[in-house]
Amino acid sequence: MLVQVLRVVLAIVILGTWEITTRVGCYGPDSGTCVVDPFFFGQPSGIWTQLVKWVQVGTAQGPLWEQIAVTLEETVLGFAIGVVLGIIFGVALGRNRLLSDVLGPYIKAMNAMPRVVLGSIFTIALGLEMPSKVALAVVLVFFVVFFNAFQGVREVDRDLLANARILGASQRQLSRHVILPSALSWILASLHTSFGFALVGAIVGEYLGARKGIGLMIATAQGTFNANGVFAAMFILAVVAIVAEALVTKLEDRLIKWRPNAITEVSI
Amino acid sequence: MSDQVAIQLQKATKRFTSPNGKSFTALRDLDLTVAAGEFTAVVGPTGCGKSTTLALISGLEAPSAGTVRVFGEPVSAVGRSVGYVFQRDAVFPWKSVLDNVAMGPRMRGVDTGQANAEARQWIARVGLDGFERYYPHQLSGGMRKRVALAQTLINHPKILLMDEPFSALDVQTRALMENELLDLWASTGSSVVFVTHDLEEAIGMADRVVVITAGPGTVKGTYRVDLPRPRNIAEIRFQPRFIELYGEIWNDLRDEVLVSYERTKNRVAS
Ligand SMILES: Nc1ncnc2c1ncn2[C@@H]1O[C@H](COP(=O)(O)OP(=O)(O)OP(=O)(O)O)[C@@H](O)[C@H]1O
Ligand SMILES: [Mg+2]
Repeated sequence: MLVQVLRVVLAIVILGTWEITTRVGCYGPDSGTCVVDPFFFGQPSGIWTQLVKWVQVGTAQGPLWEQIAVTLEETVLGFAIGVVLGIIFGVALGRNRLLSDVLGPYIKAMNAMPRVVLGSIFTIALGLEMPSKVALAVVLVFFVVFFNAFQGVREVDRDLLANARILGASQRQLSRHVILPSALSWILASLHTSFGFALVGAIVGEYLGARKGIGLMIATAQGTFNANGVFAAMFILAVVAIVAEALVTKLEDRLIKWRPNAITEVSI
Repeated sequence: MSDQVAIQLQKATKRFTSPNGKSFTALRDLDLTVAAGEFTAVVGPTGCGKSTTLALISGLEAPSAGTVRVFGEPVSAVGRSVGYVFQRDAVFPWKSVLDNVAMGPRMRGVDTGQANAEARQWIARVGLDGFERYYPHQLSGGMRKRVALAQTLINHPKILLMDEPFSALDVQTRALMENELLDLWASTGSSVVFVTHDLEEAIGMADRVVVITAGPGTVKGTYRVDLPRPRNIAEIRFQPRFIELYGEIWNDLRDEVLVSYERTKNRVAS
């Protein structure tokens, strides 16, 4: 209860300070003494107006819900493809020494590159439609999931493997009953970050060139020096991210109810 | 007890590569024979290679030299007739007690209903009635050990390897479980290799006690325990013959424990 009250108070203080500092001395005759210029830094009330306008009138490139839907579709597609590929490669390389020795250096090198730059390549190669955004999201998600899955397979307790073999498990049963469940907690831990990455991929992709989507709204707002528009789009993104995070946590709780508390994911 | 040989290690040697890249000999020329149906206890100072010996018998590790045979066959892979209660907790944290115990039959192709029914019986036998749906992290260390025991015994192993299975239990539970194990063993006639730190436990349980030297491990002495069966673990240690045997074996064991202790101390000092 106290926590909730303090949270609300904090939000009021921050938004209030922002609103007041962008108001005092910013309008009327003495507008030169403005503390923080709302033209550059936006203003909570302005952001709200912008949001209401988007909801009621729609955005420059169509209704608001359509932009959100497009971005979400790209994000979810990129996320799903990236997760599946990451798990497949992670488990394969984790189980196969030769494969991991051969591919390891390349994957490390690829991981070291700032992959967001690939967005430009994808926009050139795949055009302004959805595929280029999905591709960028896939690339961003893949590495996070891949490294976690790989690590998860590598970290499987040797005693548990030995025990399963003694109990009579075949290679396939080992994978199914020991290696995958053990790696699953690592993989699930990575889903939190990787959904965020998928969203980044979709937004950056749209920003670089698109016909629809929240990323394009940001680009448009930037082009018209509309700081409030940028913030309003950010606000929408934050809501989407929080909802997604809650869904992932729910999925995680369902899949690994055997675990007392969460492993923190690997930092890459 | 028949004269058939269940387990035979001849000049078994095991070398590991230590973390600094050198070759490290854990076992050297270890000879050990276990007759079918025999209960053999293995004692020795820490790090002398007791767990390694069990790993060789189970087929999880291959000897660097020498031979390991189970029922006359050289061990080349993990055998179906072997049960192994590990020193460390090795129950599957993502499986409930029931699924953990049913794992063996399931892996061996028994259908789920049948496997679960058997598992329930074993869960009851190790005193975990009502905990079928629990996950290992919700159990105490001793309870997990009992899950491991049920998980192993449900497969009716002809060769039963146990690595300090009761060291995590309190004294009372321990005596109970020891008696329970002896009863089970008497009814199944499996050949047991039972590793323990506790000489009293070794003498109380076994037909034969094998003392292993401080690493590299090899057999220092073998003692036949000629105490009558059935035994009651809680009472047997007061018998004169028990005390006599204890004195005899402890003489051997003490020297090895001291060697091992001195080594560890010197390693820490240097
Ligand atoms: N996989 C391994 N790699 C390298 N060295 C090992 C390995 N397993 C065991 N050793 C070494 O072999 C020696 C014997 O180990 P082992 O686990 O058999 O001892 P132990 O007699 O079971 O000891 P404890 O009573 O403490 O359980 C130890 O010095 C250990 O460091
Ligand atoms: Mg050991």
